Amino acid sequence: MKNLNARRLCCWILIGSFALLFLSIGQAANAPQRKAAKEELLVLPGEVGKPGGRLVVALRGEPKTLNPLIAADARSREVIGVMQADLVHINRATQLTEPALAKSWKISPDGLQYTVVLRQGLKFSDGLPLDADDVLFTFRVYLDENVHAPQRDLLIVGGKPITVRKLDTRTVVFQLSKTYGVAERIFDGLAILPRHLLEKPYQEGKLGQIGTLATAANQWAGLGPFRWKEYVAGQRLVLERNPYYWKTDVKGNRLPNVQELVFLFVPNADAQVLKFQSGETDAIASLGAENFSVLSREQRGYTLTDAGPGLEYNFLFFNLNDLGGKASPELTRKQKWFREVKFRQAVSAAVDREAIVRLVYQGRGAPLWGLVAPGNRRWGNDKLAHTPRSLEQARTLLKQAGFSWSTGPDAEATLMDSEGKPVEFSILTSSSNADRAKMAALIQDDLKQLGMRVQVVPLEFRSLLDRITQTKEYEACVMGIASLDADPKRRHPSLESIAGASRYSVGSGDRPPDGRANDGAHARAAQATL
Amino acid sequence: MRSRRTVVKWLAVLGALHAIVVCAGFFAPYDPVEQDRKNPYLPPMQLHLLDAQGHFHLRPFAYALKLRDGTFDQYEQDTNQLVPMRFFKNGAGYRLLGFLPLRFHLFGSEDTRICLLGTDAYGRDQFSRLLYGGQISLLAGILGAGSTLLIGLCVGAAAGYFGGWKDDALMRVAELFLALPWLYLLLALRAFLPLSVGPLPAFFLIVAVIGAVGWARPARLVRGVVLSAKERDFVRAARGFGAGDGYLLRRHILPETSSVLLTQAAILVPQYVLAEMTLSFLGLGVPEPAPSWGNLLSNLQQYSVLVSYWWMYLPALAMVPFFLGYLGLASSLQERLAPSKIERRSPGSLA
Repeated sequence: MKNLNARRLCCWILIGSFALLFLSIGQAANAPQRKAAKEELLVLPGEVGKPGGRLVVALRGEPKTLNPLIAADARSREVIGVMQADLVHINRATQLTEPALAKSWKISPDGLQYTVVLRQGLKFSDGLPLDADDVLFTFRVYLDENVHAPQRDLLIVGGKPITVRKLDTRTVVFQLSKTYGVAERIFDGLAILPRHLLEKPYQEGKLGQIGTLATAANQWAGLGPFRWKEYVAGQRLVLERNPYYWKTDVKGNRLPNVQELVFLFVPNADAQVLKFQSGETDAIASLGAENFSVLSREQRGYTLTDAGPGLEYNFLFFNLNDLGGKASPELTRKQKWFREVKFRQAVSAAVDREAIVRLVYQGRGAPLWGLVAPGNRRWGNDKLAHTPRSLEQARTLLKQAGFSWSTGPDAEATLMDSEGKPVEFSILTSSSNADRAKMAALIQDDLKQLGMRVQVVPLEFRSLLDRITQTKEYEACVMGIASLDADPKRRHPSLESIAGASRYSVGSGDRPPDGRANDGAHARAAQATL
Repeated sequence: MRSRRTVVKWLAVLGALHAIVVCAGFFAPYDPVEQDRKNPYLPPMQLHLLDAQGHFHLRPFAYALKLRDGTFDQYEQDTNQLVPMRFFKNGAGYRLLGFLPLRFHLFGSEDTRICLLGTDAYGRDQFSRLLYGGQISLLAGILGAGSTLLIGLCVGAAAGYFGGWKDDALMRVAELFLALPWLYLLLALRAFLPLSVGPLPAFFLIVAVIGAVGWARPARLVRGVVLSAKERDFVRAARGFGAGDGYLLRRHILPETSSVLLTQAAILVPQYVLAEMTLSFLGLGVPEPAPSWGNLLSNLQQYSVLVSYWWMYLPALAMVPFFLGYLGLASSLQERLAPSKIERRSPGSLA
């Protein structure tokens, strides 16, 4: 597995003070304080800003939808993130939960009941009030199998869906069938939906048609800091400040201060850097290491901040899916190698993670031997032992697994399996991600030392995803995952779909001692040992 | 006579250039796919004869480059560490002309590598990659042009000689081929092919693809020559004596097309080298780590490379002498093989 690394260089580059103010919205507050009136708003500590201004940021492409029930792609989620709000939010800086729409919550002594009290006076961005019925409706929809919401899996605890009931207009009780250590973390990112807009489409089975970019702006509402204003196909999505947002600064001014948030659709990372340099966008998040170097060389009108290691990591995985009769005979033959633990351990032992950190990330990354990135302060443990890179060790493992070497005419040894076939396979990468293509090329060279013939195949990202998740016709792949939560249990759903049942039990560091992610016994497609 | 000398001159230039590329193993000091992970993006090393103290060295040398502390791609010269160039040195094994195993290189050095054109992201020697890459790009161009001309000759000769509906049909197909948007078609075609193709099949694929694409223009030219040739008196006389179609084509008509074909060849080869580079640049050519000129340039797709490492542009310059050579050859061939036409045409076109 690879591991790779990554300290996500999340450099927030900011221009202008209002950008800072904007960020402060997302960050978090200490304990919420009560405002005297009947509105219970969340007061953010810190500097008081000036209202006004407009923040332009780049988005990798058009969001597919603004409807959290359908959104599976990162761009849609990014936009939905500023248009919607959750009951309990994880503060990305402290990686701890904080009250959001919920003013407070209580856990019953047996750990099975969560009683959540909503803030008073909450309103959707169209001005209509929110009450417990909206929360009930939201979870009913998320849990409805016919809706196929991506969030559904998160809400199944111990094999049973969470049940939700209402105590009064501001109090909701969540009942779990089994204790669940990270239960309050699952609320993070689960947008509370406007029942007044969605109930009718839900009953008619037309939820998929609402909240798309074709919906009229006034037919959509959320609880986030911004609401929809304008969409220009292929160019930009403009959001405006939500006047009913539930956070204020210490002087009681309603946030956000920024009047408009503009997402420009800029398809690739290099173009985003160019737009930023030319001043067309105000902030850039998560740049590659090389572009970071370029931007830090001549800083004109901006500052670069290294926000430290992130939760993103890249990894190499093999196709261990059980495809039954559908797999081609060739893939079936290769899967025999991939299913061999020692084969994967040998690959892991041969990969030069240090070189990847140096050559791909210019040192701004960290080698990983497990799934937990160093940015994860709650779960990361850099003292875990790991096997160092060793080609001898890799060769020994391969020998034990029944592989042998044959010397060809060019004195290059080729690795042969027990049936005398050469070990050859391909690694897919996304053609739009130069970093991962580089990683694959380094891994290719490392594995050549073991006599494996590896082809690197760059594919357009969507057809890559299609192969990985739908047709499952691939041999190995280098991918990256940007985890939204520090807790590995609540990993990005795409990993769930790749890895199948997660092997990490909750709340304890249930990793194999050497940090290898899997032996594949349970995982439908385990990440290979890296 | 003058034009004959220019043809020979251009042939000699091209011959020398190609010999360097064909014998890349000898001229290149290192293995083109060998990674030196300690030295990514090493800038080109300059060769010196005079050292920092002003001493003269008979043997050219380079200064070793050291990573500046705290950086990952900024190097500085260490003027205390001279790296002398060793000539005719044994190094990485290669096969000359594809079969002769040798270890003998024009130059090399002891421990520190001398990278005349710097290194790429993986610390691979750009100079070696450039020479080896030329093998793939030029061979693809030559084989592609050869197959194009073969198809063009057959189609053009058949259309011109037999005439009638066969001529019509073949020429309409040729027009169709001329009108197609080739780059997109190539992209689509490549997408249909299996995902992972090894370097050798990938190479022949490219050759087949670019060879199959361009035959329409030479076919039309050949057809024109054949049309006029078959009405010439000596062809009619031969026919009168009972010569068959095959004999006439082989003996009297096709030799007439040689000047057109040779000129076309000299024009098409650089065009097809460029086509190979385009495909490889877009990631559709020979897969990494095998070098080709297009692969080398594809590094420039990254903005950071574009603005940070100027030596990554150098492969683009490498093709200039080749292209000049081919185009010079084409124009002198044209002059030599069709002098009358040129004379007749040029005053008119100037006027």
